[in-house]
Amino acid sequence: MRLACLALVTVAWATLSSALTIENHKHYPGTGDQVLRILSTADLEVFEPYLQAFRDSRPALSIDYTVVSSAELYRAIRQGAAFDLALSSAMDLQFRLANDGFARRYRSDATTALPQWARWRGLIFAFTAEPAVVVLSTDRLEGLEMPTTRQELINLLRENPDVFGGAVGTYDVRESGLGYLYATQESRSTDAYWRLTEVMGRLDPQLYCCSGRMIDDVRAGRLALAYNVLGSYAAERMARYSGGRLQILRMQDFSNVMLRTAIIPKTADQPEAAGAMIDMLARLGLRETPGEWHLPPLISSDMGDAAGFGPIRLGPGLMVYLDPLNRRAFLSEWKDAMEQP
Amino acid sequence: MTVTGSIGRRLTGLLAGVAALLSVLSWWMVSELAREAAERTQDNVLAASATAIAEALRSEQGEVRLELPYSAFSMLGAIGEDRVFYRVTAGADLLTGYADLPVIPAPAVTGRVVFDTGSFDAEPIRMASVSRAVLAGTEPVPVTVTVAQTRNGVGRIAAGLSRLAAVLSVAFFAIAAILSAIAARASLRPLHEIAAAVSRRGPSDLRRVEHNAPEELAPLMASLNSLMERLGQSIRRSEDFIAEAAHRVRTPLATVRTQADIALRTVEDDAEKRRLRAMIRAVDESSRSAGQLLDHAAVAYRADDLARRPVDLSDLAAQTVAALEPAAAMKDITLGLDADAVQVRGDPVLLENAFRNVLDNAIKYSPEDTSVHIHITETGGEAHITVTDEGPGLGGGPVAALTERFRRGSNTECIVGSGLGLTIVEDVVTAHGGRVQLGAGKEGVGACVLLVLPL
Repeated sequence: MRLACLALVTVAWATLSSALTIENHKHYPGTGDQVLRILSTADLEVFEPYLQAFRDSRPALSIDYTVVSSAELYRAIRQGAAFDLALSSAMDLQFRLANDGFARRYRSDATTALPQWARWRGLIFAFTAEPAVVVLSTDRLEGLEMPTTRQELINLLRENPDVFGGAVGTYDVRESGLGYLYATQESRSTDAYWRLTEVMGRLDPQLYCCSGRMIDDVRAGRLALAYNVLGSYAAERMARYSGGRLQILRMQDFSNVMLRTAIIPKTADQPEAAGAMIDMLARLGLRETPGEWHLPPLISSDMGDAAGFGPIRLGPGLMVYLDPLNRRAFLSEWKDAMEQP
Repeated sequence: MTVTGSIGRRLTGLLAGVAALLSVLSWWMVSELAREAAERTQDNVLAASATAIAEALRSEQGEVRLELPYSAFSMLGAIGEDRVFYRVTAGADLLTGYADLPVIPAPAVTGRVVFDTGSFDAEPIRMASVSRAVLAGTEPVPVTVTVAQTRNGVGRIAAGLSRLAAVLSVAFFAIAAILSAIAARASLRPLHEIAAAVSRRGPSDLRRVEHNAPEELAPLMASLNSLMERLGQSIRRSEDFIAEAAHRVRTPLATVRTQADIALRTVEDDAEKRRLRAMIRAVDESSRSAGQLLDHAAVAYRADDLARRPVDLSDLAAQTVAALEPAAAMKDITLGLDADAVQVRGDPVLLENAFRNVLDNAIKYSPEDTSVHIHITETGGEAHITVTDEGPGLGGGPVAALTERFRRGSNTECIVGSGLGLTIVEDVVTAHGGRVQLGAGKEGVGACVLLVLPL
């Protein structure tokens, strides 16, 4: 009977994993039997140091790290996939999971040390604050003045169709949860967003699922400009390939700051280990010196002061654009603007 | 008298009890009001949210369209970290939101917000619902917007305020208890003052108590004063009676004494003489007793309104010794006076009376051919008058009892006496603010009477 059960579970697990579109996966074996299964949107090269640090503190624990898109992550957790920790950059989806009762409550000294805006109900914890940036190819933009606001960016794109035609990249908001979050929050905060989208739509834009690929394409010279890219990834790529061909710009008129968040799903088998991981991430989120870590802390001196904007608020407002009606309306408008004949 | 508790403690306890009751009551009221206020705030926010969504409803090409306003949800974060659920239905069809959210019975009037509490996903929730007719196709359909929120924020706000109210109530009670004790003490102060004023009085002070008294104590004061007056009258009457009686007895006794003297000189027969002498002695004794009763009455009368004149004790003692010399001589008793010049302020008549009684006693109880010694000194701001004899002493009984009226020592059976002498002495000395000490004489022989008077 127990065997049969196990078989059933295995089948179910296989079905679920096969349903998942996995981008990357790595297993870090430990000396013991316990496995911490992490479902995450963070690229392995960015997140590996965190996993190594956690392994050093708990050598017995095996870690199973799966990278998926934020929409996949949301779907998997909602369907009850068995993971012990879900880390996502799409805070609206994470919030919705917590609101709808798919997250497990967790409380420790490290989480209570987090500022009020970086946690919600003891269900969801933010551990990085990452701004959306514009990444430019210095090679392809030689001789052009660097834009500092969206209006200047619009003008630059309009005046140089030869430079930017087919060489502008941004998120495909239909696919990427983070892209959708950035786009909706930006449309809410600045009316320049729609004008910019229309201008980009006329330049035959390239649409991406993820920040990493966009940045790689800018570095490779296939793109002149990538709009709304994760600043942390861009900084990591800049540090890794010191070619000096990338330039990171933060818009001065308004700039989204996203909180990368962690939840312990209701289905978690290892909530204790997942909690320990959250503790480590929360402590790193509150660190005062940047250190070797690729992801920025929650509070950093270069963020917020210049633009004067805090991070996107972790609250019920995030659920508005997840509503199917709103999503349909937004996507239809976005599609009209982005896909022009 | 049986002491049954303390008014002060009872008053403090009652007031503190009332304060405790009020504290609990106010804490409960503030807690309830805080909960009510927090719930109303949540209702208002829910109503505003539902209304904002309802206002965003529109009809487009025969279809109900809705774009949720961002503020409709973001405002729900104002109460606290509460989970948010919503549902929009057009007629019987779900337009968007959580399908399994409980349904509130439709409001009677469209456009009016109705509230209900329920439970969703095992958590208590508060719901607000509003209906609006929107044109769909050719007919208007009723579209119902329901917004729900868990109640943790409300509970947290109410609990926080309730804790604050509890702390304030305890502080209020502590202050009230202290004030109760102070109030009880303050309201009992007149009683204590009057009691102190009455107990400060001398033993024979029967004047009216003229202390300021609050209304509640006035009957007690009136009764006390009336009691004192009646008591004073009664004492005066009996003293008057005694004085009158003594006076009336003394005069005929003097006549009898004179007649007996004459008879003694005229009779020859020894047996007759013996009888007459016995008679004379008895008459003397009676006359002396009557004199003492008069003295006592005089002391009682004069002590009420004591004169304060300078009196030289050595002069006074010398006069008294001179007056009693013949009586002493009859028993071959030597009177020795050894006096410093000590002056006190007082009534010379009363002091002479006291001296006479002490010496009289000493002579009376001393055996023949002994001596009685009087010693007057000034010691430590007081006048000490010591009278020692070589008589049988004061007996084994309690010494203090000897100054009671008509009380005589236990070893005086064979000597005639009234028992009034030492009472008069003590009354006089006490009226002058002094005291009397009785003891044995030197080497346990005889008696020693010490009168102490302030200078």
